[in-house]
Amino acid sequence: MNNNEPDSGGHWGPYGGRFVPETLMAPLDELTAAYRSVCADSGFKAEFESLLRDYSGRPTPLFYAARLTEVAGGARIYLKREDLSHTGSHKINNALGQVLLARRMGKKRIIAETGAGQHGVAVATVCALFGLDCVIYMGSDDMRRQELNVFRMRLLGAEVREVNAGSNTLKDAINEAIRDWVSTPAETYYLLGSALGPHPYPLMVRDFQTVIGREARAQILEVEGRLPDVLLACIGGGSNSIGLFYPFLGDQSVRMIGIEAGGSGDELGNHAARFISGGGGRPGVLQGTLSYLLQDERGQIAATHSISAGLDYPAIGPEHAYLHDAGRVEYVTASDDEALAAFQTLSQLEGIIPALESAHAVAHAIPLARELGPDGCMIVNLSGRGDKDVQTVAEILTKESACDE
Amino acid sequence: MRRIEETFFRLKKEGRGGLIPFITAGDPNLDVTRQLIVEFAQGGASIIELGVPFSDPMADGPVIQRSSERALRNAVGIEEILQIVSEAREHTDVPIVLFSYYNPLLQFGLERLAQEAAGVGVDGVLVTDLAPEEAENFQNALSAQELDMIYLVAPTSTEDRLQMIARRASGFIYAVSRTGVTGTREESSKAAATLVARVRAVTDLPVAVGFGISNKTQVDEVLGYADAAVVGSAIVAEIEKQAGNGDLVKQVGGFMRSLMVGA
Repeated sequence: MNNNEPDSGGHWGPYGGRFVPETLMAPLDELTAAYRSVCADSGFKAEFESLLRDYSGRPTPLFYAARLTEVAGGARIYLKREDLSHTGSHKINNALGQVLLARRMGKKRIIAETGAGQHGVAVATVCALFGLDCVIYMGSDDMRRQELNVFRMRLLGAEVREVNAGSNTLKDAINEAIRDWVSTPAETYYLLGSALGPHPYPLMVRDFQTVIGREARAQILEVEGRLPDVLLACIGGGSNSIGLFYPFLGDQSVRMIGIEAGGSGDELGNHAARFISGGGGRPGVLQGTLSYLLQDERGQIAATHSISAGLDYPAIGPEHAYLHDAGRVEYVTASDDEALAAFQTLSQLEGIIPALESAHAVAHAIPLARELGPDGCMIVNLSGRGDKDVQTVAEILTKESACDE
Repeated sequence: MRRIEETFFRLKKEGRGGLIPFITAGDPNLDVTRQLIVEFAQGGASIIELGVPFSDPMADGPVIQRSSERALRNAVGIEEILQIVSEAREHTDVPIVLFSYYNPLLQFGLERLAQEAAGVGVDGVLVTDLAPEEAENFQNALSAQELDMIYLVAPTSTEDRLQMIARRASGFIYAVSRTGVTGTREESSKAAATLVARVRAVTDLPVAVGFGISNKTQVDEVLGYADAAVVGSAIVAEIEKQAGNGDLVKQVGGFMRSLMVGA
């Protein structure tokens, strides 16, 4: 289909690789070998697919958003309904794949980081399903923003450990998970949630998420009889987007747009947009991989901001860095306000409350549909549902209306 | 002969092991860092490891994390650290090794760093999150300036990895005493002795052991099988404890000396 494969060290061009303490190099080799072996194992594939179908409810629908299309006044907008997956987001695809791998490796203890809590909930869920010990690291700010997900994880039997360091968000939760793993590599499986981190994670997470794009490609061909003009997906670390994009990379007619968190402004510290010019993003190494990174001139990692915890991260997956430089994928931003507006628009027009993360993609889709005109069609990855964000949005809207009065 | 090699040569001749204190540059401030380098050197430190603070120290425990945060609040970067080394060099020839995460070095520029570090009298560089597989460019830049690239080995390192690291390393090999982050511990680690024996089987380079060594008993034990002991968190914790004390340099210097053979 295409040749966007990393080299044996996990490099896409200059990006990716493996930048970790020596203690983790051999465990990563072991993980890579285990992953290679399950890739060639039809039994593994069958088990994974049956869980995706019977446990998670795949395939997820490709839904034609008729009223949104009408209001946008242009191209037909389809929503890939990852929000209808079990646990409410695409994160379950990767959690299922990696837990199956961990079981094959004989690991009984699973650790993970989480930002918005969607990955943490997915991991806690699959660990409950298989009776595995589960520890989730979460920044204290994110725990406050995503209280409901903290409760869900605990209900599912996971231990949620609060991380008070740095910015108290996803980045800091990853540091803490790595510290745990470096201390207990023999018994622990680190279940990284996005297409980030040291090789083989960016490759493996992508592969487990490409089910999104494979289904979407078949579904759009069935309803439209042709490929879409544009694919849109929000990008934090980049797993839902690479999962949708990857199976289309060889289709030269298909434009792909990744939407980063524009936050509250272009100044470093106010956003999580690694690719906007003048925004402070440039290649560097963080948490095991070389990619675009929000940092100051001395290589210290910058603070980030987004209304959505899941996009609030200073680095982006290395394959995205490569696709950016190659010009194959376009990267744009949607601001906090635009995402908030899209959150409400989609709720009111389609009866679908999107995750704030996914609302960034919806925000960009509406004006673009107009631009493309009625002959066009596009797929927006609705990566998660918005129940978890209702409280945050309610607080903001209450504040805003109080200010208006 | 390079300074690090010469130091281990001398230790061997004298039949004793070395002590390598670690401090984060700029904690509590650069002036104290410069004074501590000189104090440690005069107190008999064999080599000094100077930590470059980083915002996301994923291999460090809470003590060094806090220390990095304090240094970063002082806006300490590579330029300032090299300046301090250059000033300390007016008083001492003790070998100095920069201990850093990769990104601050990468952003400074690898060749520029090698040139400027050599220029001020740095002897080697150890990068926590840079294994040999990704280190070729940096290693070449350091070699061109006759600086040593110090590599870590860990209890998890396979035989193949130990051999690869031994082929690339110069100066000495830093053996991580146990799986885990930096920080003090109570019990001694059998894993470290085993690891040092495995390293000795593949190289004649000196071996230093670090991570979790915090008192004289542990130093003595390590020096029973290794060429040097690295003490980091315990010294950094002492710096933290002495915060604001005008006598900090003397106190911390005294603590370091109390860890040494014959103390």
